[in-house]
Amino acid sequence: MTDATAPAPGARSRVGQGSLLRQDTRTIKRNAAENRFRIYGLTAICIGILMLVFLLTSILSNGLSSFRQTTIQVPVTLVADRLDPEGNRDPAEMARVTTFGYAPLLRDALVGTIADAGIETELDAGDIADIVSDESVAQLRNFVLANPDLLGQTMPVEVLASGRIDGFFKGRVTYATAELDQNISPEQLRLAEALKAEGLLATGFNFDFFTAPDASVTRPEAAGLGVAILGSLYMMLVVLALALPIGVAASIYLEEFAPQNRFTDLVEVNISNLAAVPSIVFGILGLAVFINFAGLPQSAPIVGGLVLTLMTLPTIIIATRAALKAVPPSIRDAALGVGASKMQTVFHHVLPLAMPGILTGTIIGLAQALGETAPLLLIGMVAFVREYPDAPWEGGLFDPATALPVQIYNFTQRSDPAFVERASGAIIVLLLFLFLMNLAAILLRRRFERRW
Amino acid sequence: MPLIWLLAAIAVLAAAGMVLGRRRALASAGGDHRVLHSLPSYYGTNVALFAAAPALLVMAAWIVVQPLYVESRVATLIPQAEYSDEGELSLIMSDVRRVADGLNQAIRSGAISAEEVRDMRADVTDVRDRLAQIGIAVGSEVEQTTLTAAQQYRTLDGRGNVAMAVFVLLLAVGGFVWTLMKTDKDYRARNSVENAILTILVAASTVAILTTFGIIMSMLFETVNFFRQYPASEFFFSTTWDPSFSGRGGSSELGIIPLLWGTLYISLIALLVAVPIGLFSAIYLSEYAGKKFRSIAKPLLEVLAGIPTIVYGLFALITVGPLLRDAIASPLGLGTSASSVMTAGLVMGVMLIPFVSSLSDDIINAVPQAMRDGSLGLGATQSETIKQVVVPAALPGIVGAILLAASRAIGETMIVVLGAGAAARLDLNPFEAMTTVTVKIVSQLTGDTDFSSPETLVAFALGLTLFVITLGLNVLALYIVRKYREQYE
Amino acid sequence: MNDMRLSERDVDMTDVKIAARGVQVFYGDNHAIKDVDVNIVDKTVTAFIGPSGCGKSTFLRCINRMNDTIPIARVEGEILIDAEDIYDRRVDPVQLRAKVGMVFQKPNPFPKSIYDNVAYGPKIHGLAKDKADLDAIVEDSLRKAALWDEVKDRLDAAGTGLSGGQQQRLCIARAVATSPEILLMDEPCSALDPIATDQVENLIHDLRRNFSVVIVTHSMSQASRVSQKTAYFHLGELVEYDDTAEIFTNPKDERTENYITGRIG
Repeated sequence: MTDATAPAPGARSRVGQGSLLRQDTRTIKRNAAENRFRIYGLTAICIGILMLVFLLTSILSNGLSSFRQTTIQVPVTLVADRLDPEGNRDPAEMARVTTFGYAPLLRDALVGTIADAGIETELDAGDIADIVSDESVAQLRNFVLANPDLLGQTMPVEVLASGRIDGFFKGRVTYATAELDQNISPEQLRLAEALKAEGLLATGFNFDFFTAPDASVTRPEAAGLGVAILGSLYMMLVVLALALPIGVAASIYLEEFAPQNRFTDLVEVNISNLAAVPSIVFGILGLAVFINFAGLPQSAPIVGGLVLTLMTLPTIIIATRAALKAVPPSIRDAALGVGASKMQTVFHHVLPLAMPGILTGTIIGLAQALGETAPLLLIGMVAFVREYPDAPWEGGLFDPATALPVQIYNFTQRSDPAFVERASGAIIVLLLFLFLMNLAAILLRRRFERRW
Repeated sequence: MPLIWLLAAIAVLAAAGMVLGRRRALASAGGDHRVLHSLPSYYGTNVALFAAAPALLVMAAWIVVQPLYVESRVATLIPQAEYSDEGELSLIMSDVRRVADGLNQAIRSGAISAEEVRDMRADVTDVRDRLAQIGIAVGSEVEQTTLTAAQQYRTLDGRGNVAMAVFVLLLAVGGFVWTLMKTDKDYRARNSVENAILTILVAASTVAILTTFGIIMSMLFETVNFFRQYPASEFFFSTTWDPSFSGRGGSSELGIIPLLWGTLYISLIALLVAVPIGLFSAIYLSEYAGKKFRSIAKPLLEVLAGIPTIVYGLFALITVGPLLRDAIASPLGLGTSASSVMTAGLVMGVMLIPFVSSLSDDIINAVPQAMRDGSLGLGATQSETIKQVVVPAALPGIVGAILLAASRAIGETMIVVLGAGAAARLDLNPFEAMTTVTVKIVSQLTGDTDFSSPETLVAFALGLTLFVITLGLNVLALYIVRKYREQYE
Repeated sequence: MNDMRLSERDVDMTDVKIAARGVQVFYGDNHAIKDVDVNIVDKTVTAFIGPSGCGKSTFLRCINRMNDTIPIARVEGEILIDAEDIYDRRVDPVQLRAKVGMVFQKPNPFPKSIYDNVAYGPKIHGLAKDKADLDAIVEDSLRKAALWDEVKDRLDAAGTGLSGGQQQRLCIARAVATSPEILLMDEPCSALDPIATDQVENLIHDLRRNFSVVIVTHSMSQASRVSQKTAYFHLGELVEYDDTAEIFTNPKDERTENYITGRIG
């Protein structure tokens, strides 16, 4: 052979010329670049996770305090001839006494309590009454109307402290801010502290936050999520009742029966596009079709549910098709082989096996729907609703209601800073629901995970 | 509730069909179910289906069509002189409907008798007062034409309801009897039932098409109305957005350009945040991270995707906005607003990180290992392999992912509603409050809306523009991604 | 011939290029390579043969530490190239792989132009002084891979657009372009048709002038055609290693004989 005449290898400046045990300068540089690149990647992930932590901390630090509420213990004497001028204990007659009739009772009770406790204050009776929420008077009236027999007695009543006093015990309001605030004075804060020292004022768990309806813009301390939670629940029921069957039926058709033709292509294209249509567009659809055209009522959970159903369908269809696809063809062949019809094969064998996957997808779809806000704004869910909707079988789906995310939006639109706390608190509740739903989805997946 | 009774009747008929169909089939086979073509239960289901399904379908269609028919008939009763355009007619008609509803309610509660309502005359009875007495509020004084129309409305509506009940019941009974007669041991009940089920399945999959159709039609219809009242050229090319709240039309300027500018500016900032962070995260997760790290970091990032946008909105409103203003904008004299393009853009960027990263992750994983081996085998470092082989190979897919993210950003609503501000402005300063298409859709369609004024209708034109833009981006992105997938299949 | 080559080299270098000493490879719990000792000679073609799953590819991938990219793989023992242990802590696999090139089972050109495919290695290792130099390397490599004449007019075309045989030769050109000393080939013809196989085999024959070539093949006829030395692997063990002619005509081990005569495999 003549290979001796061939050019020797390494005629060019080659890497690693010489010992492999020594890194040449270029390799050192390249390794440094490698490390830098790796650090960029790690940094990116860290930024993402830090943002998550920052977001959650911000919400938690603003919102956790909404789960606690300051209340004042006052023994109120329910003076019979002022609350029931006719003296016949007829609730219809008694209802003619407005909250203006009740306010003095509460004020007198408060002044009396303070005097009894030996607390000295320069405040006049009106300023003293202002440390209690306006909502308390209404609550007292409702309480009396519900229990007319208690008239004439002296009842220990637990009333809400005003938003500013509540904020004071949560660190939101200080003596310094009170100086500048028209709604509260430092003297009132001192009074509240004195009441606390006497054990008449306490900050405890805020059950009402989860059950009470929304309150007016001047009464953040009374605002609750009751109607919103109920409204969201109703909408989820509608979504579940409509999106699951329709989604599963559509998926079965597309995955198991659909021939390769124009119609199938059209459906496929539509589904993938609907999944990416901005949610607000669904709101416009809901407004134009369900409210303006079909004449369904505004603010009703049925309309919200319908809109969210259309939004959730693509998610459920995509998940269901994946679940159906994951059932191996051998199962279908086995069923068809013993003479089952295609329909029987799908409904007796394929669908049950795909069910865990379908349910997981459905829960995730529902979780998305639960957090959706924008389309609901357009169909009137922003309305201020204080009445609980009726039970679904009594037509409650058509009653005005609001929804958790929309309630959060409403809170953010109010100027009193106490509503920031309420909004953050409502978000914690919302996130808690979402967390539980996702947990259920994960557990479901784990429990039924199948290896074919 | 006659509707409930009608539904109940159909349900009873279906249940009876279930039992009788089965019994009849078995009887024809002499009690030996092996002689039957199908399982006995199929015969029952078949009868039930044919009794209930056509009746229910007709009923649904009737419920949709009847009000339209009744309204068009009643509208002819309103003299031409009473209204000048469609808008006014629709106002009168809504009055008619309200009065008719009020009268119905009054009859139901027993406050007024049906005869009384039929003979009621506006010059004799103060209808508004009568209704108010029993707790039904009617907006304005009820005139004779309105009352006549309302009475006619009631009559036609009532007649329609009776006609529907009769027709639907006949259909149900007819279907019941017909299929029951056909039931016989040789009748192919299973095939019949399965065809019916298949029809239901097909119908379910058309919902997607109907939704798209509904979206396009609902917006197109009102957009055309809008352009009748407001010139399209000004909508698309005017640089001022200044709707008047005083009244209808006239001084409003409804140019989309400042809104589009705000939308695009915010989306750009969001993408500048999300794309590098998302892409680098995806690269690290798919190329470097160990199994354990990946199993922790990936779900954590995906939590960001599961958080509702209202939460991001609040985060922008109460935390990021004030922080940016106090730390950057105010000291540098760039602005005093907490809501700004920067606030909304940054927060939206955070929202999009998992979106970009999980899409890119999928796409990078689809690059065949042989590519990496080829490069590593030549002595390339991992980062060189990624930068010069993996990312270029995945580029079409990554571009698709970025387009999808852009479409998300453009259509995002809650973050910009709470974080960007409401002032339509053409400005370069990112610390200035600006507004977007979605914000204006929300603001024009919430609160008091008047579907005959351009200030309300413009929202539909905005919605249609938004829909067209995002649809274009999505179609393009899906096309690119699909092409890319085919390349490695 | 041998003398002439030796005369060009330093006296202290033997003609053993790669020496494996007690190499063990584990994939998780699976013991894939069991205690392999082998000396691979410079400027020869060495074929690894054996039934599938016998570990021949695994062992090949140890020689340029491609097994490092598989997280569960673990290598014990030592592999010396030019008397240096490549599993030494100080050795950078990047530098090693520049010296030990590799061609894979399936042609895997990058989705780039033909030119960029070949120029990739020289670029990352900084081998070219300037553009003209790079052009020269690309041309030289494509010539060595016997592909130049077929592609010289379309260097900007995508490498993925070539036929299978051309793609594999492009991958060989790509590997050659970094001027390695050793070329590892993992069943380079298994995805090719007979004509393309013939082209690649001729190429391997020529490559021996410049490189030590180690080729894994499942085709015994290919091994006998292209190689001078053959190693037979069986269930992770190196059963027999000898001159190719010796292995195919006079196998010492019964298992080798069974394989060669077609009784197993």
